[in-house]
Amino acid sequence: MADNVTPRVRVPREASAGDVVSIRTLISHPMESGQRRDGDGNVIPRSIINRFTCDFNGENVIDVTIEPAVSTNPYFQFSAVVNETGTFNFTWYDDDGSVYEETADITVA
Amino acid sequence: AITLLPSVATAQDVDAAINAFTGGADTSPDGITLIAPEIAENGNTVPIEVDAPGAEAIILLAAGNPSPDVATFNFGPAAGAQAASTRIRLAGEQDVIAIARMPDGTFLRAQQEVKVTIGGCGG
Repeated sequence: MADNVTPRVRVPREASAGDVVSIRTLISHPMESGQRRDGDGNVIPRSIINRFTCDFNGENVIDVTIEPAVSTNPYFQFSAVVNETGTFNFTWYDDDGSVYEETADITVA
Repeated sequence: AITLLPSVATAQDVDAAINAFTGGADTSPDGITLIAPEIAENGNTVPIEVDAPGAEAIILLAAGNPSPDVATFNFGPAAGAQAASTRIRLAGEQDVIAIARMPDGTFLRAQQEVKVTIGGCGG
């Protein structure tokens, strides 16, 4: 199991209705690829974040399938259209079954 | 201690990954943008950006990695654009490929060669 897994998101606090807002996310995670070997030649088992999703007020923004070729501390930048005040829900799924969640509120005038 | 180099995907592996997404359909080079560095100093974290306006999904492949699959971006109704940026591992100099699936069932493809100074994926 990965230690110290911390999600971080950056979302504007305010926007106008219909705006496209930029979102940045990062989760600290080693993303062990399953391709590496330890000093004794044994394969280090794969342990990655395999999926990331972002929803706004229950509507999907992006749903990413992630393979071991995504770097340590997976980073994603994308955009969402906001028509109303609401909450972004971010979810990361770990190979070990852990699910990490984060939220961010935005006020839409 | 012996550290074995990881194997590299074959052309067949890459074709299989593409066909799994496209079903063997032809691809067009127009309407999709793939931004990757021509030279990446560190193959462990290579910035990649894909953009295909109107796409339902974009798949990202690395033709010279042990496995060509990198990520699939599925865009929902609240997406502000069918575009995303991330950071990926490249085991060495190779082609990065992005393929977008459009709502009308057509596919778009962009490709760029990236030279890597320090390879990712290894031990």
